[in-house]
Parts: sequence; structure tokens; C-alpha cells
Amino acid sequence: MAKVKGVIIVDKEKCKGCELCIHACPTSVISMSGEVNAKGYHFACMKNPDACTGCTNCAIVCPDGVIMVYREKKV
Amino acid sequence: MKGNEAIAEAAIRAGADAYFGYPITPQSEVLEYLMAEKPHERTGMVVLQAESEIAAINMVYGGAACGRKVFTSSSSPGISLKQEGLSYIAGAELPCLVVNVVRGGPGLGTIQPAQSDYFQATRGGGHGDYRVIVLAPYSVQEMADFVGMGFDLAFKYRNPAMILTDGALGQMMEKVLLKEQQPRMTEYPEWATTGKGTDREKNVITSLDLDSAGQEKFNRKIQDKYRQMKEEEVRFEVTECEDAEYLIVAYGTSARICQKSVQLARDKGIKAGLFRPVTLFPFPEKPLREMAEKVKGVLSVEMSAGQMVEDVLLAVNGRIKVGHYGRMGGILPTADEIVEALENKFAKK
Amino acid sequence: MDKTIVKAGNLVYRRTPVMNDNVMHYCPGCGHGTVHRLIAEVIEEMDIQSETIGIAPVGCSVLIYNYLEIDMQEAAHGRAPALATAAKRLMPEKYVFTYQGDGDLAAIGTAETIHAANRGEDISVFFINNGIYGMTGGQMAPTTLPGMVSSTSPYGRDIKMMGNPLKITELVARLPGAYFVTRQAVHTPSSVRKAKKAIRRAFENQTHKKGLSLVEIVSNCNSGWKMTPVEANKWMVDNMFPFYPPGDIKLNGKLVNKEKE
Repeated sequence: MAKVKGVIIVDKEKCKGCELCIHACPTSVISMSGEVNAKGYHFACMKNPDACTGCTNCAIVCPDGVIMVYREKKV
Repeated sequence: MKGNEAIAEAAIRAGADAYFGYPITPQSEVLEYLMAEKPHERTGMVVLQAESEIAAINMVYGGAACGRKVFTSSSSPGISLKQEGLSYIAGAELPCLVVNVVRGGPGLGTIQPAQSDYFQATRGGGHGDYRVIVLAPYSVQEMADFVGMGFDLAFKYRNPAMILTDGALGQMMEKVLLKEQQPRMTEYPEWATTGKGTDREKNVITSLDLDSAGQEKFNRKIQDKYRQMKEEEVRFEVTECEDAEYLIVAYGTSARICQKSVQLARDKGIKAGLFRPVTLFPFPEKPLREMAEKVKGVLSVEMSAGQMVEDVLLAVNGRIKVGHYGRMGGILPTADEIVEALENKFAKK
Repeated sequence: MDKTIVKAGNLVYRRTPVMNDNVMHYCPGCGHGTVHRLIAEVIEEMDIQSETIGIAPVGCSVLIYNYLEIDMQEAAHGRAPALATAAKRLMPEKYVFTYQGDGDLAAIGTAETIHAANRGEDISVFFINNGIYGMTGGQMAPTTLPGMVSSTSPYGRDIKMMGNPLKITELVARLPGAYFVTRQAVHTPSSVRKAKKAIRRAFENQTHKKGLSLVEIVSNCNSGWKMTPVEANKWMVDNMFPFYPPGDIKLNGKLVNKEKE
């Protein structure tokens, strides 16, 4: 069966660490990084990248529009 | 034609794009005339009765931001309501024309003519360090002529211009020679918010700059404009001043009455002359100072408790005696009263 | 992470070019950013960037013009519908929208809101309702809920003393000039998708010159409410939604349900 795989790219310098994406992700891909960006915010990152389906939910709820999403059907 | 109607017709002919107003005595004829004339059919001009003076001036703000020739009119209490919008328009550096057909105040005051909004008009009127170009017609002909001039000055400086007139001139009927119909603009200034094409950066019309250094720089820039206005736009008229020993300074309706006073005074052997500021901002400071040096006294005549007299004092700068004569509450001074005041202040010693 | 997926052909979501790269000044998790983006995405999708003029309010979103790549005018507090009225009447072929908060639209600008709607101006009004004055530090707004704490209702909004919250959206819906009135939110992916559809419909109504469209977005104010963004969204669902229920109020010029009185 074809499996849909996704990747998100977070602009970590613009992420404000609001965590809305964590709650929007249906497959629990995202968590906050232990590091902080130049503004002092923890930023979103893929903790569980294999589970990402590229559904775009995280990007859609991101108030700062810092998430890009790629998706590919893997056969 | 009534003064108020002359303004309305002159605006259509000047190619105005829009008028936004709200009824108030004694200037409602502007809106009434425009509605009756259907300028949307004549030139495509937009005319809208707004829900308040505040909405009207902010419609002017929105229309001016689109680079259009827009204007509004009101009378004193309504002009007070427009001051917030005027401050924003000046702060956003937009052109517009505002007509104030002044009535007596303060508060609801009276519906009769007065000149008691001089301070408000010439000092900016709203919050912040800004000025409005103020034109003071003294005939129905000038009411009409100053519409086009007001628009031109407003666009030249990207600044509000005001016609400061009063209920007497607004209601007065006189013959007027109107200009031919000018076409409306088809091209708009490069700063106008007409939609960001791919060929330019976006245009933002705003009066906000949270950076103090930027805000000071902006203030210096608009102050430079006001200085330029003082150098280039001063307008005034003198009557019987060549041999005058006493100068009467008056604008608008007061100036009309003072023309008669000058004759009456001269009949009595008092050599009076009339100095009529046409622009109240910029005030004709230098020419008045020069003329004042040749006379024994200056009398400022206004339908107010004495507002323009402060500009006269600043212009004369203590060199000679300055007096004031005024009536308030909607009462016009008589030519005789003015001569009497002149005699009491200067001539009878 | 499978880096081979990251290639142009697989890109399914990116920031719309109708927004620029400026970092928005909003607090983390604030709904303003999301609504800005939805408006920008709709403008991109309808290909109307060169034909759209936006009117900014006074309030938190006063600087919206720093983020959207369109011509914009910054209004005085509450006056955006007046500016929009003039812009639209002078340029009827353009798309004109206002973006306003609850203080701007429902307190100081109530007259402008009601009259622009009642005249049936062909504009879109986007109304962000977070029940508080965010920019000035969390004071009571016309939409602050009964009992809700704010810096000027520190013991909760006392209706007897401070009056009732104003459901201005329902009020506008009853005016004949209002064609489309809806209440949306942007706290979940599905709500964001619905809100975007509503925003698109509001713009499309301008194409057909149908009258005024008002899209209220019930939103959060994490800083003002003194909660985390996630908590604030939950609080919004539990407290704001019962009073300000999401859904269409007027569609195609007709009230959707006879409102419960």
C-alpha cells in the first residue's frame, strides 16, 4: 500500500513557541526543541518525523506562518 | 447664487471626485445643492451624506488616500468633530479641502455668522504639530474661486486646505463668474492606494511611526512644508493704504464691512486703510509688519473676542499700538461702530 | 526525517507571497497572525493583489500593513468603514476590506460599522473579537463577557455597573445592507479552513456587488487573558463560544436561523 510521507520545515528563528501546532498534529509529530532561538523561544521541531503525513494542519494553525510542508506518496 | 451653492458648483467644475458631508446650519446648502445637481451624472463625482461629521471627514481621509480630489463642508460644531480626522489627514500627508461656514459658539452657540474659529483653523485644530492652509473669502465670487485654489494648494503640499468663511457669506446672494468645467483626474499620484501593481512597492497611508527619531524627522519635514507655505503662499489685499495713518485688519465678512468703515473714517478726516489677509495660514506677517511701520495704529476687527489680533500683534511685534474690535454671538459689527472704535483707540487723544 | 521528500514538486504548504517576511509583533499564539495569513492567501488565490485595498484599525492589528503586501490605509480608531466606504465608492472595481478589533468596531466605531452595513457598502469587514483591548493592556471591551476579568473590570464584568457585552455581529446581520454575516474561529485546523472559506466568500461578494460582508473571528488574547495559547483557546471554546457561537448568521442576504431571543 502506498504510504503518504511528509516533512515540515520550521523557520525556527521566526517560531514563537506557542505550541498550537503540537495540538493540531494528528500524528504527534511535533514537539518543542530543547534549544531556544535568538528571541529566546523554544521552537517547533519534528520529534517523530516518520509519523508525518504532510497533512498541513500544523502549518494552517500556525499564527506566524513559519511552517512549510512537503508531501510525497511512497510506494 | 448663494455662497454655499457657489462652493458646491465650483467644486463640481473643479473636477472634484467626491464630497462627503453632514447637514448643519448654516452650510447645508452645499450638500443640498450637490444632491440636486446630480454630479454623479455630470462628472461622475461621488456625493454621500454621511452618518456624522466624523464619518464624513474619515470618508474624506479614505478618498484622499486613493489620490482623489475630495472635500467636505460643515459649520463650527461639526468642524470640531472633524478635527481628529484632520489631524490624521495632515499626519498622513494627504490633500483635501474642508469648508467651515462658521457660526457663533462655543458649544451649540448660535446659527448666526461668526469668526470665532480662527484659532482652531490657523493653529491646526486637532492634536499634534500641524497646520492647515486657511483661505478666507470675502465675496461669493471668492467662495467659488477658492475651491479650485484650495484643491491646488492641498495637492501641492499634500496637506489639508480649509476655506474659512461664515454664515453671512454662505447665505449671501451675489453674481458669480464660474469657471469652465475641468475634467476629473485620470491619473493619480504615485503615493495613492489604488492597488499595488507588480511595477511598484505597496503604498501605505498612515500617520503612525512608533520610532521617536522617525516621528521627529517626520515632524521636521512637515514643518519645512509650513515654512515653504509662509514663503510662497501668502495672499492679502490692501485698500486705501498708500497714505493711511491707521490700518484696519480684517478678513471675510468683517473685511467687507470695514471697506465701508474706511470710507466713513476718511469722510471724517481719519486716514484709514484696510489690510485684508486672504490666507490666514500662512498669515501675511511680513507685509503687515512693513505696512504697520508706516502707520500710527492698527485695529483688528473680527467677529470674535479677539483671535486674529494675536497674529497681528506677533506681526507688528510691539512696534506700534494694536487694538481689537469685535462682536460675538452672531452679531455683525456695523461700519459706524468700527469707526467709533478706531477713534476711541487711536484718533481721539 | 526523509530529506528526499523536500523538493519543489512536493511542496504542499508555504507562506503566501502576499505576506512578507517581517516577523509579526503579535504575542505567541495570537489569532491575528492566522487571520492575516488567511486574508493574504485568499487574495493570492483570487489573484486580486493589485486590486485590493485594505484599511487597518487602531488596536493590536494597527500594523497589519507591515505584513500584507497590498496597498493599505491606516484609519483613526473605529473609522475604518468610513475610509472603506470612500475608497470603494471612488474605485468600485477594486476589492476593499477593513480589519478591525472589538474595541475599534464595536465601541468607538459602532456608528461607522452600523451605517456602512446599513448602506450596503460593497466591502468586506473582518472583525477580530477577543473580548478585550489587547494593545492597551487588557482593558474591558464592548465584547467582554459577563463576569470576565480584565484590567478595568478586575472583579469581573458587573453587568449592572458596566453594561452588557454587545453582539454587534447579530445586530449587523439584521440590517438590510448586510449580505453575508458569519462568525468563525481559527483555533483548530478545521476552524481555520472554515474561516478561510468565509473570508473568500466575503471577497467574492464584492465581485458580485452584493452588499456588505462581515466575518467575525472569535479569537484569543493569551496575554490579556493571562493564559498560555493552548489554554486560551480552550477557554475561548468553553466561555466565548456559548456567548458568541460560531456559524453563519446571514447567508445570501437571508438570516440563517430565527435568532433565539
